[in-house]
Amino acid sequence: MTTPLQPPPKKNPQKRTVSPTRPPEMRSRASLGLQAAAAEGRFALQVCAECQTVQYPPRDACQNCLSTDMPWTDVSPDGELLAETTIRTSTNLYFRERSPWRTGSVKLDAGPVIICHVHGDCAPRSRVTLWNLLDRAGQATLLAVPQERTPLMEDDPQLRQMTADPKHRRVLITDARHPGTPALVKALKDAGAAMIFVGEAETWRPYPGRAALEEMGVDLQPLDLTDTASVQKLAGEYGGKTDILINNARFMRPGGVLERGDTAFAKEEIEVNYLGLMRLAQAFGPGMCARASDGVNSAAAWVNVLSVEALSNAPAYGCFNASNAAAFALSQSLRAEFRGAGLRVMNVFTGPTEDAWYQPLPPPKVTHGALAKSIVDGLQRGLEDVYCGDVAKDLHERFRRDPKVLERERTMAGDMA
Amino acid sequence: MGRRRQSYDGVVLACPVSIPYQRYSVDTAHWWIATALRETLKAAKLTPKELDGFSVSSFTLFPDTPVGLTQHLGLSPRWLDMIPMGGASGVVALRRAARAVQAGDSDIVACVAGDTNHIDSFRRMLSSFSRFAMDASYPYGYGGPNANFALLTDRYMTEFNATREDFGRICVAQRANALNYPGAIMKKPLTLEDYMNARPIADPIALFDCVMPVAGSEAFLVMTEDEAVRRDLPFARIGSAIERHNAHAEDPIQLRGGWTVDLDELYGMAQAAPTDMDLVQTYDDYPVISMMQIEDLGFCGKGEGPDFLRDKDMTITGDFPHNTNGGQLSAGQAGAAGGFIGLVEAIRQVTGQAGPTQVKDAKKALVSGFGMINYDRGLCTSAAILEAA
Repeated sequence: MTTPLQPPPKKNPQKRTVSPTRPPEMRSRASLGLQAAAAEGRFALQVCAECQTVQYPPRDACQNCLSTDMPWTDVSPDGELLAETTIRTSTNLYFRERSPWRTGSVKLDAGPVIICHVHGDCAPRSRVTLWNLLDRAGQATLLAVPQERTPLMEDDPQLRQMTADPKHRRVLITDARHPGTPALVKALKDAGAAMIFVGEAETWRPYPGRAALEEMGVDLQPLDLTDTASVQKLAGEYGGKTDILINNARFMRPGGVLERGDTAFAKEEIEVNYLGLMRLAQAFGPGMCARASDGVNSAAAWVNVLSVEALSNAPAYGCFNASNAAAFALSQSLRAEFRGAGLRVMNVFTGPTEDAWYQPLPPPKVTHGALAKSIVDGLQRGLEDVYCGDVAKDLHERFRRDPKVLERERTMAGDMA
Repeated sequence: MGRRRQSYDGVVLACPVSIPYQRYSVDTAHWWIATALRETLKAAKLTPKELDGFSVSSFTLFPDTPVGLTQHLGLSPRWLDMIPMGGASGVVALRRAARAVQAGDSDIVACVAGDTNHIDSFRRMLSSFSRFAMDASYPYGYGGPNANFALLTDRYMTEFNATREDFGRICVAQRANALNYPGAIMKKPLTLEDYMNARPIADPIALFDCVMPVAGSEAFLVMTEDEAVRRDLPFARIGSAIERHNAHAEDPIQLRGGWTVDLDELYGMAQAAPTDMDLVQTYDDYPVISMMQIEDLGFCGKGEGPDFLRDKDMTITGDFPHNTNGGQLSAGQAGAAGGFIGLVEAIRQVTGQAGPTQVKDAKKALVSGFGMINYDRGLCTSAAILEAA
């Protein structure tokens, strides 16, 4: 049974904040396929296309037939815990600071033997399932968990190292005016978030969601992403207690290049969707990085909510999507810049949401509840890339198969929005 | 495949040298190798220029290889080898050098292993030990092989009902042996109680199950018997020698090693049986692997090691002398020299040069090696039977 995670005591300002340390990051190129699967929460291994031998550790040639064609394929994550140990001391600082650390070896039903982290609720020599998770270095590692869910299993100290679970953490949501914000606040509260702060632009202007936010007791703070001083002011007051930052701010109008006729809206889109992200990162990033190992409520994740059309554009929302593509590109740089501290960047790619700006589009659309659930679920599983809704999943799958084919099929005549 | 191995007749081992180990050294692997080479050549009254065969085992020579060492040390060999096999390197070096001498490719081969240990060099070496370790064990807290051997010990204990005391007895006896060996790092007597109460490292492994990384070097010469006689050197004969890599890959956990594959040839070639051995030097970076070697080398059946050793005396005056100079567990692990320590001590033993650790009337010695935890298991195994002249 996992010991329930206790809320952290109030921070003692006289004590040194624990410097972020990370597990080993070096990996071979071959192993990065595991990382790509972990970013989306999948369990995949190399499988030989010629003889079907499942391989591990990652390699460049099949251990059975020397074929070099071994695509990463989702395989069964089930197996048996063969042996285990609890590491009590390590030459590596990260593990040394977190010992005791339970690890073991698992014989996978699919074939290979896998050295992995072992969840505290796994019984010795039991059947287990492997989860492919990103560790604090942003690298894929495998954790053996019991085959049946156990109560509070997310509180396991080793599992919590891999996730960005909102439980006992403080969350900043950047846009109170986004129609999905009340649903997001509710999902975070249900997930055990300790405090929720919400940024509010143009506070004098009324909007429908405000009553709901006030009712849920969130801390509304003035925040205008187009104004560097405003972002810096909030970071000065709240940067030291922002454990998870969810940037859901957006400025959007429909239309491609020719339909718009000028660059006025595009400037606004860039100001909010691209430069807004940059201002936030410059103001909040360094402080969050410094607190990435700061106990139960360490800074854990940075979340960007993006249109899935950032991957592949089409004219109906062509200019808005372009600003999202810029934000997506920026997020990749940011992810690499935060990685040294162990702070995770999670991009949530959503299909068209159920709100006024996407009104002319046919279903399926993403409800605010579904988007909120995806965000919280992604944090709890420690993901880097989340595709929310059927449209996003479909577009991502097509993107994975062939980005050029996708571009062409999305921009043929018809309703390819 | 299937052909009989040829004997090692006419080739002998001489001039065993062990340079006393140090916990940390400011000197380099080059220094340690040069020092051991100088001593072994001196024993044979050879100059570096006269040496025509050179075999090197080391982890810390980077960026050099033995090629660079020839220029660095002023050697001009016509036969040059590097054995990157860690704990199996001693016997493997011996095998290759013996064949080179037998074939006339070299007259005298100096086999040298040496590594330095700077503060923090052990930790840095771990991170780049192998690609599989980098990808699939190091990120899980496996700073060195402690946790690998913890898994093995854990499984061995459940599979064969072994206890920590069974492993403790191996360590305690080796410490008793080490107290007679001037080169050992560990000079304090060890009791079974000390062993049981030691600080846990990776359950069920505790402090005295682990070796201490040190700096040190070991060397010996391989030459024809005629050469040794001409130079008036005490020498040991090679009864037989085996090596095997990545054996039993299908076993989910390594409860047996590659020795089992070639065991019949090992004893067959030497025309000997396990009971003929006057002493046994196993590779001992953890006691569980010594236990497994005693089983896999035919002293008892699989899983019977604990019972077999329970009524044996493993000290130099006992009925089963084992790791007579304390092995790595008490003398320290000097990198690749850890693959030589048992072999060099065995040469001293069967040539009557072991001094304070001498086993009385030592005529036949079994030496085995085990090396390279590439991911979840050690890949290299080796063994040799040495005989007194």
